[in-house]
Amino acid sequence: MTDRRLFEHELEERLDRVLFASPSHRSITRLAQSLETLSRRQQDKVLHWAGVAAKTYAEIGYLLATLAPQAFELLDDDGFDAWVIAGLDAYDRQGLRPAMELLRDLEGFRAEREGRALARYADVEARLTRFVHGLSGRPLALRNVGSGNPAWTDTEILFLPDLLAERSSAEDNRRLFKATAALLWAQTRYGTFSVDIDAAIADLPDRPQALAWLTLLEAVRLDARIAQELPGLAREMAELRGPWPDGLAPALPRLQAATATVQDSLALLREFVAAGGVPPRLTFLGTLDPTAARRVRAERIAKETKVLRNALAALKGAGGRKQGGEAVLDIAPGEDGAMEIRVDGDVVALPPEAQAAAQALVQDLGELPPEALSPAGSGGWLPTDLAGPGTDLVNDRDADFRYDEWDYHRSAYRKGWCHVYEVEVKPGDADYVEEVGNRHRALISQIRRRFEAVRGEDRVLGRQPEGEEIDLDAQVDAHIDRRSGIEPSPRLFCRRIRNERSMAAMFMVDMSGSTKGWVNDAERESLIMLCEALEALGDDYAIYGFSGWTRTRCDIYRIKAFGDRYDDAVKRRIAGIEARDYTRMGVAIRHLTRLLAAQPVRHKLLVTLSDGRPDDFGDEYRGTYGIEDTRQALHEARRQGIRSYCVTIDRHGADYLKRMVGPAAYTVLDEVGKLPTKIADIYRRLTAN
Amino acid sequence: MDLLSPQLASIDDEPYYQPVGEEVGLFEAAAARRLPVLLKGPTGCGKTRFVEYMAWKLKRPLVTVACHDDLTTADLLGRYLIVGSETVWMDGPLTAAVRAGAICYLDEIVEARKDTTVVIHPLADSRRVLTVDKRGELLPAPDDFLLVISYNPGYQSILKEIKPSTRQRFIALEFDYPSAELEAQIVASEGGVDEALAKKLVKLGELTRNLKGQGLDEGASTRLLVHAAQIVSAGRTPIEAANAAIARALTDDPDMTQTLDDLVRAVF
Ligand SMILES: Nc1ncnc2c1ncn2[C@@H]1O[C@H](COP(=O)(O)OP(=O)(O)O)[C@@H](O)[C@H]1O
Ligand SMILES: [Mg+2]
Repeated sequence: MTDRRLFEHELEERLDRVLFASPSHRSITRLAQSLETLSRRQQDKVLHWAGVAAKTYAEIGYLLATLAPQAFELLDDDGFDAWVIAGLDAYDRQGLRPAMELLRDLEGFRAEREGRALARYADVEARLTRFVHGLSGRPLALRNVGSGNPAWTDTEILFLPDLLAERSSAEDNRRLFKATAALLWAQTRYGTFSVDIDAAIADLPDRPQALAWLTLLEAVRLDARIAQELPGLAREMAELRGPWPDGLAPALPRLQAATATVQDSLALLREFVAAGGVPPRLTFLGTLDPTAARRVRAERIAKETKVLRNALAALKGAGGRKQGGEAVLDIAPGEDGAMEIRVDGDVVALPPEAQAAAQALVQDLGELPPEALSPAGSGGWLPTDLAGPGTDLVNDRDADFRYDEWDYHRSAYRKGWCHVYEVEVKPGDADYVEEVGNRHRALISQIRRRFEAVRGEDRVLGRQPEGEEIDLDAQVDAHIDRRSGIEPSPRLFCRRIRNERSMAAMFMVDMSGSTKGWVNDAERESLIMLCEALEALGDDYAIYGFSGWTRTRCDIYRIKAFGDRYDDAVKRRIAGIEARDYTRMGVAIRHLTRLLAAQPVRHKLLVTLSDGRPDDFGDEYRGTYGIEDTRQALHEARRQGIRSYCVTIDRHGADYLKRMVGPAAYTVLDEVGKLPTKIADIYRRLTAN
Repeated sequence: MDLLSPQLASIDDEPYYQPVGEEVGLFEAAAARRLPVLLKGPTGCGKTRFVEYMAWKLKRPLVTVACHDDLTTADLLGRYLIVGSETVWMDGPLTAAVRAGAICYLDEIVEARKDTTVVIHPLADSRRVLTVDKRGELLPAPDDFLLVISYNPGYQSILKEIKPSTRQRFIALEFDYPSAELEAQIVASEGGVDEALAKKLVKLGELTRNLKGQGLDEGASTRLLVHAAQIVSAGRTPIEAANAAIARALTDDPDMTQTLDDLVRAVF
């Protein structure tokens, strides 16, 4: 056997053989090409392991061979074997996906093998996002750029690597993540992209090198800016980085001056390029993509200018108090230097959306450009001007309400995003409720008895040391006591104790298409049980259904409003509940929260009945987005003093629920049939006094 | 029956108050025209201190009531007490303030129940009288009596909004956190720390305010910054002080605590 390297055609033939089971007609040729440069020993290893793996699962064999050249760059022979074995092991124990993930994460595998405690993007994402939010007034999102790529920002998103393993401790690697993010934040905050960098370096022959110098020089400048405002952070970054290389010494005074701008970095960059050196490689510098940043920045400025102009136009139109004719709009710097906007001479505040836009413009441009300060031609300010194209339906009538929606990508609300229409349910069969009542007679009378016992009343406590009223009985006793020379009791007052069941409940019923059939029947029956129970109890309650089709048509169906009596009309509406479209839960929670919050009672309870995860037409709401928005809406409810309880019917369990319900509690019923008997019990437990 | 009305002290020493806008002049004008005043603004931004200062400036006694949801009409107006063998009427703070021609400050008015706050209505309009039902007394307010209420519009709760019918009786003064420079002066002076440290605390305040709605219901108030400064001037390190007085005071959530720790360490 010779150890001559195999040529492409030989490799191809052998790969064909070992990967014979492969269902794909992927290009074995390309694979063979990529393996040609490996040594014979390495080639044999690949063929061996690919064959072994393909016997287990063809995809893994193929993936392994594809990744092999990269793997040999990062790992020695033993490391390569260990990598393959770990991958096959993962397949045996956890299945295909985890195995493929493990194999793809070569950097991670190497770091772990070398005993280095790495930090992963996924583990630091949440904490870093909050940190960056704290630092910057404006929303900057974090994203993962994948392994091996340098960090960079387009001025709206900070792109960070998949994992960092440069340092030996996980803690240090996490700090490295933080330093990386902080430097990118500083680029957006202190004007790295405030000039046209592409134009400024267009005449330099070696663009990558010019950008590398600029990245470095900017890092020096930004570091000084950070040190001024956030000395603790600057110290931490300096510890990770160590002192600046000696070669930079001549540039330091200029870059570290308080007045330095990106222009200084650009000027110095020319000197360094002219001197012919190579920029030293330092840790956590990342890279610059001025072209992308410039485009994103220009889009943002245009968008924000528009928001501001529209807001001004709305102020001008709406704020006018002078008879016939428009208001006089006056914009000038106020005493403290900030822009002051006057309508007819009175200082007015911009709507929050416009305020944020103005602030962002100042951050981008240093001041508000004149074109942003001239009101838009006509028409009022609509937050939907911000909306991008999408699958939204157009409606022929104005929404009854609008609600913000939580976008977890941005960690921010999309303002006025969801359009709510409050409609009444079409009345259903008049006999339905009676029929259900007959069918469940025993259960209903049991529920009634139990709930009547719970009912509480206002009570007056007598013989209290203080209170609103004098307790006459006690007074008489005291009088007698005094007459007979006994020390009278000082407990001479009455105090009114409020009915502790001062409580209102809102039931939110899923009317999405997926409830068609059994679930819908169970929901309607449950509501009848509930009504019986609540009528016995005397708590005020309301029932609303929800369904919809995209954010521009979120329908809320009124079935029973607070204060409505449980009469024939309500009963017929319960009968009329039917399966309709989609499940955009967040907006429904927000609207019903608003109705519930307005109830003048002490305890407020929101109960959601649904049959699975939130979902809407188009991909956007499905999955994490909808879960996070729902969670946020429940948080908002909580903040308004509303306790929420989610009842979900889901045969497949509900792994997402724990995350979704956030501050609320929940029950998962794996069988719809249980709902009617369970629901009253759930309510009683929730409101026990 | 005897009547007891508490003695109301006036404020002799000038309270430290750093004006942030036109509030002093507006308040004086309202007082001169006997119009009730509503102070709007987040907690800890100087509303209480401002009222103390104005009471001193106008040389009137000050009665402050912190409202809460168990506050009854009797708690404001007064009640009968048995003292020894006598039944005595004891004025509540509002009645006492009316009798004495004082400033009555109802702090966080929305926290009180609606049926309690109705007693201020006839005091807040041109009638300027207080009805003490239990005694059958109709008490006209002297010229020096001034009603001041405060509320924090930051509550998202619809329940905790002032009814327009109440609100429209008042001259409204809007309070917010002062500008960074003024706030640093306040923190330095109230907290007994140097300006450099005060500036850092104010910076930290600004960062926490960025997180409002992103996991924090409110950012750090001026009050919290002053507290942190006071802990430093009592000998603790700035990081300790900021953690104890600001970070832990703002949240119980472990994730958020971690983020606030990060921000504290970034600033100091
Ligand atoms: N303008 C100000 N001048 C002086 N001190 C202030 C000012 N604003 C806030 N403070 C400080 O903040 C603390 C809290 O203010 P306070 O008046 O109690 O707030 P609020 O009544 O608005 O909740 C005060 O004790 C004071 O130390
Ligand atoms: Mg559904």
